[in-house]
Amino acid sequence: MLNQTDISWLIGGPQGSGVESGANIFSRACAAMGYEVFGKREFYSNIKGEHSYFVVRISSNAIHSNINDITMMAAFDAETVFRHTDGVIKNGAIIYDSDLVATKVDEVHTLDDFFKERLVKYLDSKNKPHTIQGILDIAQERGVNLFPISFRNVLSTMADEANNPRLKGMVRMFNVLGVAFSLGVFGMPPETLLSSIDVIFAKKKAIAELNKQAANYAYNYAAAKFPNFANHLKPIEKKSGNLLVQGYQGTALGKMACGCRFQPYYPITPASDESVYLESNEILEVKENRPGSTVVVQTEDEISAMGMTIGGALTGARSATCTSGPGFSLMAEALGWAGINEVPIVITLYQRSGPSTGLPTRHGQDDLMCTVYAGHGEFPKIVYASGDIEESFYDTGRCFNYADVYQVPVIHMMDKFLASSVVTCKRFDSDKITINRGKLLDKIEGEYKRFELVPDGISPRSKLGLENGIFWNTGDESDEYGHISEDPELRIKMMDKRFSKLDYALDTIPKEEQAVSFGVFDYCVISWGSAKGPILDAIDMLKKENINIGFIQIKLLHPFPTAYVKSLLKNAKTIIDIEANQTGQLGILLKQNLEQGPDYYILKYTGRAMTSTELYDSLKNILANKAEKRQVLTHGA
Amino acid sequence: MALKIGDYKTEVHNDWCPGCGDFGIVNAIQMALSEMQIPRHKAAIFSGIGCSGKTSHFINVYGVHTLHGRVLTFAQGAKLANPEMTIIAAGGDGDGLGIGAGHFVAAGRRNLDLTYIIFNNGVYGLTKGQASPTLRLGEKTKSLPSPNTNYNVNPIGLAIASGFTFVARGYAYDVRHLKDLIIAAVRHKGLAFLDVLQPCPTYNDINTRDWYSGMDRIDEAQKQHSRIYKLEDTGYDPTVHYDSEPELNEKLTQALIKSLEWDTKIPTGVFYKNEIISQYERRIMDKIPNYMENPPSAQVISANGKPTTDISKILDSMSV
Ligand SMILES: Cc1ncc(C[n+]2csc(CCOP(=O)(O)OP(=O)(O)O)c2C)c(N)n1
Ligand code: SF4
Ligand SMILES: [Mg+2]
Repeated sequence: MLNQTDISWLIGGPQGSGVESGANIFSRACAAMGYEVFGKREFYSNIKGEHSYFVVRISSNAIHSNINDITMMAAFDAETVFRHTDGVIKNGAIIYDSDLVATKVDEVHTLDDFFKERLVKYLDSKNKPHTIQGILDIAQERGVNLFPISFRNVLSTMADEANNPRLKGMVRMFNVLGVAFSLGVFGMPPETLLSSIDVIFAKKKAIAELNKQAANYAYNYAAAKFPNFANHLKPIEKKSGNLLVQGYQGTALGKMACGCRFQPYYPITPASDESVYLESNEILEVKENRPGSTVVVQTEDEISAMGMTIGGALTGARSATCTSGPGFSLMAEALGWAGINEVPIVITLYQRSGPSTGLPTRHGQDDLMCTVYAGHGEFPKIVYASGDIEESFYDTGRCFNYADVYQVPVIHMMDKFLASSVVTCKRFDSDKITINRGKLLDKIEGEYKRFELVPDGISPRSKLGLENGIFWNTGDESDEYGHISEDPELRIKMMDKRFSKLDYALDTIPKEEQAVSFGVFDYCVISWGSAKGPILDAIDMLKKENINIGFIQIKLLHPFPTAYVKSLLKNAKTIIDIEANQTGQLGILLKQNLEQGPDYYILKYTGRAMTSTELYDSLKNILANKAEKRQVLTHGA
Repeated sequence: MALKIGDYKTEVHNDWCPGCGDFGIVNAIQMALSEMQIPRHKAAIFSGIGCSGKTSHFINVYGVHTLHGRVLTFAQGAKLANPEMTIIAAGGDGDGLGIGAGHFVAAGRRNLDLTYIIFNNGVYGLTKGQASPTLRLGEKTKSLPSPNTNYNVNPIGLAIASGFTFVARGYAYDVRHLKDLIIAAVRHKGLAFLDVLQPCPTYNDINTRDWYSGMDRIDEAQKQHSRIYKLEDTGYDPTVHYDSEPELNEKLTQALIKSLEWDTKIPTGVFYKNEIISQYERRIMDKIPNYMENPPSAQVISANGKPTTDISKILDSMSV
C-alpha cells in the first residue's frame, strides 16, 4: 500500500551524467517542503559511463535508512530501467525515456554478464522480449504506472518555443528533466524545484538559469500530461532549524568547530571529500579579531599524511587525517609511533569494503578488527564509531578530547554509507562541543620530563617551540625524557604507564559516550556504526506491530567497555549482532570481552548498505524461530 | 647570555663505533646552532632510523627520532603547523633515498623552509652493512656476500630534479666546512639538502677516510691528492640570480654535471641555490593570508572550554 508520507524515489544514469546533482536538487526541494530526507548514492569505481543511482527516501517522520520499496523511479538511460524496475512497487511510478523502449539487453554494454544472465532468465520466465519494453510490461502487469516521455522531444520543443536552439542538444540536462518530470507527476509546487536549482548551482549562475528554464518547462509538461498519479505530495509543516547535510560534512564541520587546524591527507574514496570540503572552507571565522584557518595538505601517500599529522600534533595544533582502508593499512607503523610517543591525533576512517581495494566505492564495516589491532606491538589507542551523520559532528569533538586528554591516537570510524548519504538533520550546535586539551602546557618552569611517571599515567605535555619544554621522542622504548632505554625494569614501568591510560579512559569517559541503549528487551540487537539507522527503522516497524526489540549501539569499541555493556545486556535473553561484514567482528569483540557471543548474526557484505526492510524481515525470522544463526542480507543493485 | 656549543649537547651516551663519520656531523650541527644562536626551544632535530637516526638524542634542542624512511614527513608536518621553528631533518642514505625516496621527491616539490641532511655512508649501518642506494654498481663492501647489483642513485642530481632549492655536499671529517654549509642551508629560504659523505669504518671499506683523502693517490713527489675538493675554490657560482629560463637552465645543468663527478674528483660545497622559486609557506599565504602570523600551532580554538570557531555561516547555507 502506498503511504503518502513515506516515499522513496530513485534516479539513475551513467556516472558523470549528473545523477548526484539531480538527487541533490530533489532532496533539497523535498526538505524545503518540510519533509525528512534520507538519500544514498551508489556508484562504481569509475568516472564516466558506469551505472550510478541515488535513492532518496522522504517522509513526514524521522527516518534513518533506505527501504527496499521504490515509489517512483526516474530513468533517463536503459540500464536504470533494467536494473531497478523490479524494485518499484505496485501503484508506484516509472518515468522513463520513451526513446529507449526498443533497447535490447545486449545493447547495454555497461551491464555485466552476471546481471545480464539473471535478467535474461527472468524475462524468459515471463515470456517477454529482452528489451526495455519487456521489463516495463512486467511492471505494468504488476500495477506499476508507466509514464513515458521522450526526453529528446521535450528538449527540442522547448528549444523551439524558447527560440533557443542551444537547448536542443543539451542531453546533459536529462538529469534535471528527470527531477522536474518527477516533481510534476508528484504534483509538488514548482517553486521549491527552482530555488533548489539555484542553491545547487549557486556558483554557476548561467548554468542555473538554463537548468531552471528547462526544469520549469519539464515540470509543466509532466504535470499537464500526467495529472493523475495517486500519490501527490503536498508541503507539510516545516521543522525549523533543519540542515540538509552531505555525509562527509559532519566530521568536517566537527573538525572546524573543535579546533582541528591541520589536516594532511592522501586522496581516496570515500574519505577525500571530507578533506576537499575542509580545504574549500579553509578560512575560518573565529570569535577573535583575526580569522583562523585549517591548513589542508595533499601528501604523496598516506604514510606521509600520517607522519605530517603527528608532526603537526607535536606543535600543539589539533591535527587529523582522513582516510579509508588501504590508506589506513599504510598508516599502521606510524600509528604505533604515535602510541608509544603519546601523541594526540585523530584519524577519521571512512571504511569501505576490503580487503585490498575490494569494492572501492561500496559500503562496508569490515575494518573493526583492523583498527583495534592496527600496528605491531602493544600500545594504547582509542577506536570510536559514529552511528549517523548528526552524531559524527559531535563525536569529532569527543575524539579530539579523548586524544588530548589520554594522549593517544584516536581512530574515528565512519564509512561509505555515511559518507555518501544526504540527510536532513538538526542544525549542528557548536555550543554542545566542549574543548578539553588535557594536560597540554602553555608554560613550563624548572626541569621537564615529557614522559614523567605520574600516578594517573598521563604526563604533562609540552609542544615544539615551548620554552623550557624540550623533549625527545623516539619509536624505541625510552626513559622519562624520551631518550632510548632498553632497561628491563623501566620497560615494564613505561608499558604499564601507557596502558594504564586505557583503564583511566574507561573510568572517565562518560557512560553515555561509551554505548547508547535504545531499550533492552528479551531480544536485543547489538551493533555499531552506521548500521544504527536501518536498525532503528526496522525496530520502529516492529514496534508498530507491538513487537519490542532492544538495541545497544556501541560507540567506544576500544578499549571495550566490558562492564557497562555487560550491565546493559543483563536482561537481554537473545542477542542479535547486526553489522556490515562477513565475520561478525563486533561479535568477536563481544566473545572476547563478555565471554558471551551473539545468538544470531545478521550480516551484509555485498557492499550495499542495509535497508530497514531487509532487517525487519530478518528480525521477524528470528522472532519466529525460523532463522539460521547467521543470516546474510543481499538487497541492492 | 650567549649560547655555547656545550649548551647544544646532551649527556646521552653515544654508542656510535669509534671513528664513525657521524660524530663529525653532530659536532657540525651543534656548532652551527651555536653560531646562529638559535634559542634551544626554537629548534628541532628530526631524525630517521639507522645509526644516523640517533643524532636527535645527542643535541639539546627538541628531538624527534621518527620512523625508518619517514623523517621528512614528520619534519614537514611540524614545520607546517609551526613555521617559526628551525627544523633540521637528518637520516641515513638508506632512510632517505631507499625506503623514503618518495618523500624525498615530494618534499622537493613542496619546498618548505627546512634543512635535510643525509648521512651518506654507502651502507645500511644499523642493519650490519647491506648496500645502500648510493653504493656503486659492482662494489662489494665488507659484509656484502656478493657485489652490489644495483646502479647507484645520485643524491645531488635527484635533489635538483625534485625541486630542492639549495643543494650542497659536505664531508663528515671537514667539520668547519660542514658547519658553514649547515648554516647556509638553514639560512636558505626554502628546502635545503645536504649530502654528507660519511665514512663508516665498520662496514664501508671502500669509501674510507683514507680513500677520500687520497692515500692511494700519491704522486711521484710523494704528494697526496685528496679526492675531495671545494666548488667555491674553483669560482663555481651555484646561485640562480634572475627569474629567467636560460639562467635557471644554466644553473641546473651545471649542477647536474658537477653531481656526476666522482672517484678521482669529488666536489663539495654548494651545487645549486635558488631563492626565486616560492617557498611552500608563501604558497599557503596565497590562500591563507595570515598563515605565518597565525599558523595552526598559534591559533586560539577555545574560550572557557567552548569552541571559538563560528561555523554558523556555513550552516546557514545548508539550512532548509
Ligand atoms: C620499516 C623498517 N624496515 C626496516 C627497518 C630496519 N632498519 C633499521 S636501520 C635500517 C637501515 C639503516 O641504513 P641507513 O638509513 O643508511 O642509516 P645508517 O645506519 O647507515 O646511518 C634498516 C633497514 C626498520 N627499522 N624499519
Ligand atoms: S656502523 Fe658505521 S655508521 Fe654505524 S656507527 Fe658504526 S661506523 Fe657509524
Ligand atoms: Mg647509511
